[in-house]
Amino acid sequence: MSTLNPLHTTPKTLSNLARRRAVEKAFAFVCLAATCLGLLLLVVLLWGVFQDGIHWVNANFLTNFGSRTATRAGIKAGLYGTIWVIGFTGLLAIPIGIAAAIYLEEMAPKNRLTEFLQTNIANLAGVPSIVYGLLGLAVFVHFLKFGQSVLSGALTMSLLILPTVILTTQEALRAVPSSLREASYGLGATQWQTIRHQVVPAAFSGIITGIILSLSRAIGETAPLITIGAFSSISRVPERLQSEFTVLPILIFNWTTDTKEGFKNVAAATIIVLLGVLLAMNSLAIYLRYRRRTL
Amino acid sequence: MTGAGQTLQSNRRIFQKRYEAAIRIVCLLCALVSVLTTLAIILTLAGQAGRFFSKVSPLAFFTGTDWSPTFSDAKFGVLPLINGTLLITVGSGLFALPLGLLSAIYLSEYASPRARNILKPGLELLAGIPTVVYGYFGVMFVTPLLKKLLPNMGFGEFNAASGAIVVGIMILPLVSSLCEDALSAVPRALREGAYGLGATKAEVALKIVVPAALSGIMAAYILALSRAIGETMAVSLAAGSRPRMTLNPAESIQTMTSYIVQASKGDPPRESAAYGSLFAVALSLFVITLIMNILAAKFVKKYRNVYD
Repeated sequence: MSTLNPLHTTPKTLSNLARRRAVEKAFAFVCLAATCLGLLLLVVLLWGVFQDGIHWVNANFLTNFGSRTATRAGIKAGLYGTIWVIGFTGLLAIPIGIAAAIYLEEMAPKNRLTEFLQTNIANLAGVPSIVYGLLGLAVFVHFLKFGQSVLSGALTMSLLILPTVILTTQEALRAVPSSLREASYGLGATQWQTIRHQVVPAAFSGIITGIILSLSRAIGETAPLITIGAFSSISRVPERLQSEFTVLPILIFNWTTDTKEGFKNVAAATIIVLLGVLLAMNSLAIYLRYRRRTL
Repeated sequence: MTGAGQTLQSNRRIFQKRYEAAIRIVCLLCALVSVLTTLAIILTLAGQAGRFFSKVSPLAFFTGTDWSPTFSDAKFGVLPLINGTLLITVGSGLFALPLGLLSAIYLSEYASPRARNILKPGLELLAGIPTVVYGYFGVMFVTPLLKKLLPNMGFGEFNAASGAIVVGIMILPLVSSLCEDALSAVPRALREGAYGLGATKAEVALKIVVPAALSGIMAAYILALSRAIGETMAVSLAAGSRPRMTLNPAESIQTMTSYIVQASKGDPPRESAAYGSLFAVALSLFVITLIMNILAAKFVKKYRNVYD
């Protein structure tokens, strides 16, 4: 009989097909669930922090210094400290990072030195942040005697984000089509004129995206600044590069470990402020990237 | 007249050439900052660790099972810290590596462009959350949840399991996005060949795409684990600071990174063995993560060579 049945749809192959379809459905579901789990955790995390802290965020919270009483504690020192440190980190890391990326992507000859530089930067990007903290402690705080200051913090952070700035800028420059460069050279422009007036403007949104992502990483970074000795309990805002400082993540760290009544809520409120800043920066970066993709 | 014009023009050309050469040198110097950074890291870590090892024998450091740097009879056996780091890394890997791969399969093989445009930025936001916030999450949500779900395990206020879970959540987006890169690099023709033979999507994903992307997936896994090893704040908060040799995830432990945070908060005097121990631990950490990153780069190179 089976010779009359060219597709061999015996009961056995049918059940086999049904089994394969069931596996297919189950697998698709598991994959979707795995993807959604991350997002679900994100929602749970944000919701929990929001509930713990939102009632503690008010004007006094932003303008008070730290306190032994939770209800009077505020984040002024951390807020100003973060602005100072990240401001100077940006001033140092952005120009150096962009220049380094321009060299590697547009100017460097293809030789062993360039290859070595490139590998070295990739490896630096993978060094744990706490190692940069110890580098800062030994070199900036003690050897160069900058002390536990904004300057030491900004220098340490600059070294930390420099590899990321370079790598993301390079990626943005690489995405510029070479026809643009050739057209510019064809009109008699020099190499630097081409870079300055054609390549960098064309890569601008990509470069900005990379810088925003690097700086927002620096804003959330805690460990290296604890290592170089940023104080958690100062009641002053920085006035000079030599000033002592603290930053928002260090305040979060200290208040989370504080067992006194109410400090967990203060920590949550600080997280809300920090996440507000970061979400704004990240959304901007993601928006810029998707806009560039559709252009 | 024309002669003067020509000299003017050639003067300008000479000026432009020198100007551009100067810019090139400035850019090169900026690129060399990275080499300087590497040198500084190696010299400081090795220098300070060297001074530490003149007081404490490397043998005692690498084989000792007792880490008590602040006691008057200080012991510097690094194994409890390595044990703690391994516990966190393995735990977070058990959670994040399979889930990350599955979510990468979903994003690269199943998701419609619209679903991708919603899910990917969401995962990127997850990756943008500072690690100290994950620490808070561990202390406030994960640990109480573990205590409630498994009351007989005896979970402490700080425990390795909580630390491992939050680090797992932290590295999940990294695993997912790196694995997706690897899966997307597999040529369409391979998939189409399998579909042509009647394979289902799940069969194509598991039997064709994943094996073809294996070296990229390996690279993603190694990088994610190296990130977990270097992770500091979440672990310091959630897993506690008690260095000991234990495999019990319900106990408080200390990792290499959280030791550095805890000890540097105490601002140890510069001549003390405790100050030196920071650098000895950091040097071990640096070497371990460097080896892993180089290994990952080798795997990435392998899959680029095959498919590009």
